Amino acid sequence: MPPLVSLLLKRLLGALPVLAIVLVGSFLLLEAASGDAVDSYVARSGTLDAEQLAQLRQEWGLDKGPAYRFKAYATALAQGDLGWSTAYQRPVGAVIPERLPITLLLMTLATTLAFFIGSLLGVIAGASPGSLRDRFLSVTSLAIYAVPGFWLGLVLIVIFAVDLRWLPVGGIESIASGKSGFARLGDIGAHLILPVTSLAMVYLALYLRLMRDRMGEIWHEPFVQSLRARGIGHWRIVWRHVARNAVLPVVTMLGLQAAAMLGGSVVVESVFAIPGFGRLAAEAVARRDTPLLLGIILCSAITVIVANLLVDLAYGKLDPRVRTGR
Amino acid sequence: MSRIILNRRAFLAATASAGAIAALGGKGWAAEQPVKGGRLIVAGDSEPANLNPAIVASNGVFFVASKVIEPLAEQSYEGKDGLSPRLATSWEGSPDGLSATFKLREGVTWHDGKSFTSADVAFSALEVWKKLQNLGRVVFKNLDSVDTPDDHTAILKFSQPTPFQLIRNALPVVTSVVPKHIYEGTDIAKNPANQQLVGTGPFKFGEYKPGEYYLLKRNDAYWQKDEPLLDEIVYQFLPDRAAAGNALEAEQIQLAAFSAVPLADLDRISKVPGLKVYANGYEGLTYQLIVEINHRRKELADLKVRQAIAHAIDHDFVVKTIFLGYAKSSSGPVPAYDKTFFEPDVTKYAFDPAKAEALLDEAGYKRGADGNRFTLKLLPAPFFNETKQFGNYLRQALAKIGIDAQIVSNDTPAHLKAVYTDHDFDITVATPVYRSDPAISTTILFESGLPAGVPFSNQYGYANAEIDKLIKDAASTIDADKRAGLYKELQKKAAHDLPLINVAEFSFITVARDSVQNVSDNPRWAVSNWSNVWVKP
Repeated sequence: MPPLVSLLLKRLLGALPVLAIVLVGSFLLLEAASGDAVDSYVARSGTLDAEQLAQLRQEWGLDKGPAYRFKAYATALAQGDLGWSTAYQRPVGAVIPERLPITLLLMTLATTLAFFIGSLLGVIAGASPGSLRDRFLSVTSLAIYAVPGFWLGLVLIVIFAVDLRWLPVGGIESIASGKSGFARLGDIGAHLILPVTSLAMVYLALYLRLMRDRMGEIWHEPFVQSLRARGIGHWRIVWRHVARNAVLPVVTMLGLQAAAMLGGSVVVESVFAIPGFGRLAAEAVARRDTPLLLGIILCSAITVIVANLLVDLAYGKLDPRVRTGR
Repeated sequence: MSRIILNRRAFLAATASAGAIAALGGKGWAAEQPVKGGRLIVAGDSEPANLNPAIVASNGVFFVASKVIEPLAEQSYEGKDGLSPRLATSWEGSPDGLSATFKLREGVTWHDGKSFTSADVAFSALEVWKKLQNLGRVVFKNLDSVDTPDDHTAILKFSQPTPFQLIRNALPVVTSVVPKHIYEGTDIAKNPANQQLVGTGPFKFGEYKPGEYYLLKRNDAYWQKDEPLLDEIVYQFLPDRAAAGNALEAEQIQLAAFSAVPLADLDRISKVPGLKVYANGYEGLTYQLIVEINHRRKELADLKVRQAIAHAIDHDFVVKTIFLGYAKSSSGPVPAYDKTFFEPDVTKYAFDPAKAEALLDEAGYKRGADGNRFTLKLLPAPFFNETKQFGNYLRQALAKIGIDAQIVSNDTPAHLKAVYTDHDFDITVATPVYRSDPAISTTILFESGLPAGVPFSNQYGYANAEIDKLIKDAASTIDADKRAGLYKELQKKAAHDLPLINVAEFSFITVARDSVQNVSDNPRWAVSNWSNVWVKP
């Protein structure tokens, strides 16, 4: 087995107890919420008589207790079956693959953008702490960080989609456009510009500040003083020594942010009408669709574990002192 | 806004007179020739798991499915009895109320090419409407059999006298016909055709992308000559409240029905050149803003207290400030537009806080040291912005007369459970729908003896033998005038005894680009078939 795969498996196995706790916790939370999937169904589809209500509850297993339902869910899960979505009347295993890739794409693009631009600006600010350039970037980033993502999204829509009409208002691609290949890719790209920007902007500020602050500290370290004394150029010190050392906590943050991004995508996906994972999760809660919500949480947890594994691997590459345990 | 509205009215008046001249002067003046083709993109509403209107008769389903699957008749502003024919060409009830005869349209084919016959109607009626449909189970409760003497006649036979007036009024909502050859011998509730609809309507079901859109495509073999005019209809789902307005402005959609553009945004949207606001076309699905009352609560079981609450509500404020004028004050469970059933002469409760306080004093609930008489648990339904706003208003209005109403906010499933299953409320804000006949979804709010857990029904602990008798008698009264008389009596009794308090009736708003033609031309427009809708290029 290649070391990477065995490492991944080891991590997943290690995460099993955490996954179990998360699943039980979410299950109990949703059970504790008042009203069930049938109440939600009726609100959307009009009232039913008592006989029909009882029949539907029986069909969806809602006439039995939570213990029975959880046991049934866990048994099916152990066999690789994610259960049946009451809201969509389809297997959860069919609903999730439609949505997950879209959110992963959105997250990956936003995180990459935020990480690279954020740390780059952080380097520029941190290259000379206290300078005008540094103060300008720090204050601007703080202002952006204070803006909620959905509000930024709405403002971007009004400016670029409604007033200027450069970009689409929402959706993931043009509806039934018949486009394929690069034309379709370009179309999806155009639809993603605004949501990726509004999701990235907030986190960009975070990376910028983290990078800048860490660099500010490193400038005071003796080895930097000695590099200076040896007459090495300013920007060479910035890039090869200060920035490289400062990037480590930023990479750690990258892993932590993967989870936060999933959460942030709920709002951005609603604002931009993107059929992603976050919106699906909100829908699952509103419609008391326990199997769907548990499936979503399971997949999110695995996504976060994988993201953190990748971060750890990158960490090892960046800092020879830290090699992941074999 | 007023200027725009004036202009719009002037424009409507002008086009109306142009139409009149056209009628007199022949074709020379006729309105523009419709242009065929094109795609209409509308703001999508919900994504029902079951899209079959024969099983789920709800507006969310009809909004999409009514273009694909047709009823026997549709509502109309001009037609006899307010109906225009669809799959049936004529209908008649027998004097004894035991049968109803429908002549069916000839030359109609299903989207898969098979012929539409009376067998489809018989199958739909017996196996789907009567057994599975939320409203059909009430309307067709006594349906016994369906005779099909030939391919284009269906005779519904009832075991008990069933008012034909009710059947007729219910036709647009409960008689969506589905193909027998696709459903027969299958588990109807789980048939894949409940998503991939097959009907006789002007549009065929094209594609459904969860979270993105529904796509409907032109049915070239539609029975109505030269219709439909559109090639495609797309329902794009826009979950954010601001999205429909933005998308209309950016010309990415052309129409938003069911108040997808919130009332608060209408003022701004109506000023955007190229957009038109329609407040009509929903008369057949009027929503009513009501206060539900838990009569199990000692204070609320006292008529004087209920009267006091009614006197504390300023209908004018509700209409003008909460609904921004897009609503009407109401005095009972039947909306004023329904000329057959509406009873105007009922007890009315003018806005009069002083009288309300006097009534509460009389009832023995004096203000305490803190100024409060008693505390109530108020649950505003979370269905609309306006229900939540009215909840806040009601709290203030009741505070003025010394009742401390504590607002409890729930999401939709939790609200339904609290009110209709657990009865854990004192008063609520609710929005029942009136569907052209009191027996369809209105009397259920008044009759007693319903099991707990049935949503949008009398779960109020209210029982009134006189009202129960009126409802029971009306259910088997064949004579239309007599039947209407019983419901008028019901309205008088209800207004007098206040089992619940009717505050306002409201419908929805459609916003469309002015290029979209024939919008809102019938009382159930948003949920009708749109075969004559076209878009000016």
